[in-house]
Amino acid sequence: MINKIVQNMAEAMAGVKDGMTVLLGGFGLVGQPNNLVDALIETGVKDLTVVANNAGGGTTGLTALMEHGRVRKLVCSFPRSNNTIFEELYRAGKIELEIVPQGTMAERIRAAGAGVGAFFTPTGVGTKMAEGKEVREFNGRKMVMEYALPGDIALVEAWEADRWGNLTFKLSGRNFNPVMATAAKTTIVQTQHIVELGALDPQHIMCPGLYVDRVIHIPYGDPPF
Amino acid sequence: MDAKPQAKGWDRLQMAERAAQDIPEGWYVNLGIGMPTAIADYVPLDREVIFHSENGVLGMGPKPPEDQRDPWLINAGKQHVTLRKGGSFVHHADSFAMIRGGHLDLCVLGAFEVADNGDIANWATSENDAAPAVGGAMDLAAGAKRLWVIMDHTTKSGGKKLVRKCTYPLTALGAVKRVITNLGVFDVTDRGFMVVELAPGVTLEQVRAQSDAEIHTQS
Repeated sequence: MINKIVQNMAEAMAGVKDGMTVLLGGFGLVGQPNNLVDALIETGVKDLTVVANNAGGGTTGLTALMEHGRVRKLVCSFPRSNNTIFEELYRAGKIELEIVPQGTMAERIRAAGAGVGAFFTPTGVGTKMAEGKEVREFNGRKMVMEYALPGDIALVEAWEADRWGNLTFKLSGRNFNPVMATAAKTTIVQTQHIVELGALDPQHIMCPGLYVDRVIHIPYGDPPF
Repeated sequence: MDAKPQAKGWDRLQMAERAAQDIPEGWYVNLGIGMPTAIADYVPLDREVIFHSENGVLGMGPKPPEDQRDPWLINAGKQHVTLRKGGSFVHHADSFAMIRGGHLDLCVLGAFEVADNGDIANWATSENDAAPAVGGAMDLAAGAKRLWVIMDHTTKSGGKKLVRKCTYPLTALGAVKRVITNLGVFDVTDRGFMVVELAPGVTLEQVRAQSDAEIHTQS
């Protein structure tokens, strides 16, 4: 019997190592797997590369991970947040930044999940984002080459999950979560609800369990207002 | 001496209202953070324009009353919003496929500078900006079928924003089709900026004096 549901964070975090690349779901304060990030901090791993849209919001999650000095490099589109932790670390030279247009970031993650090594896009042509990158013309339009962005682990927040790891997401809590789930060697999910196998309408499953390795039940409720 | 006071033109809400006039029913539209967001308030709900937000919200409706906010429903500006009947959610890569695949009829962004060849600079004010934040601006500028810019005609200190060549880091090349400022509406054409309409009391001389680029008229 397949059962991807784990009972504690030690099981959820098994195998995480220094230097890993972490795909971190969430947009704004919605869909953030903050409990998994807290558990990641507990493991003591460091020198992480974190791929996340924002540079941490609030005081938990990525903000705390950075505050603990565990993040060597941040790959993100919008390194701003409602606190100054990232900016302080960045100015002090304690964290590297790779800034990526948001759609290019999402597509690089999707490419990684789909076995695509690189692709060409018009986004960023003629800007700083294209510096040092190959530019080619397709159908009369200049496009810049971007590489896939895979992770060693993906941390995801879901609304519902079953023991096969089938997932749903709530409203705009979907954001990067199901895409990142496809692109990591190990995908770890925290979910608000655990349901029986077969309880999810197959037509409404947003991320099939094929992409998911571990699920832990964290019914924390609503994101902060 | 020129003692005649110059018309200020439209205020910010009037600019948003003016931009909204030209958005027809049936268009799929992404409005950038800041002034562009106000445009939605001037599109009546019975004119069915479908608003998209980068974080995977399609069919975004008006801001909810304080006591009816859903903590799970935000837009790309992290503000609480609503979803209209017929609205849907997608994940981030699909949301940006809508943008990058040319499926949006219109995107309206703010900008620091727009050049008369349609180049736009709107994400960083210096080559050495400590930690510039680009978000989805480059995807939207390069991907939408039409890009309009809504911005003040000059900076607070009088700096010119309709320019011959952008001085700030570029967001996209040749992307802007129309600019709505407090002084008027200007299309980007093969000849450069072309006046579509001037705000009440604003003169062509005034616009030209406040622009670095040449401002053309149809005649």
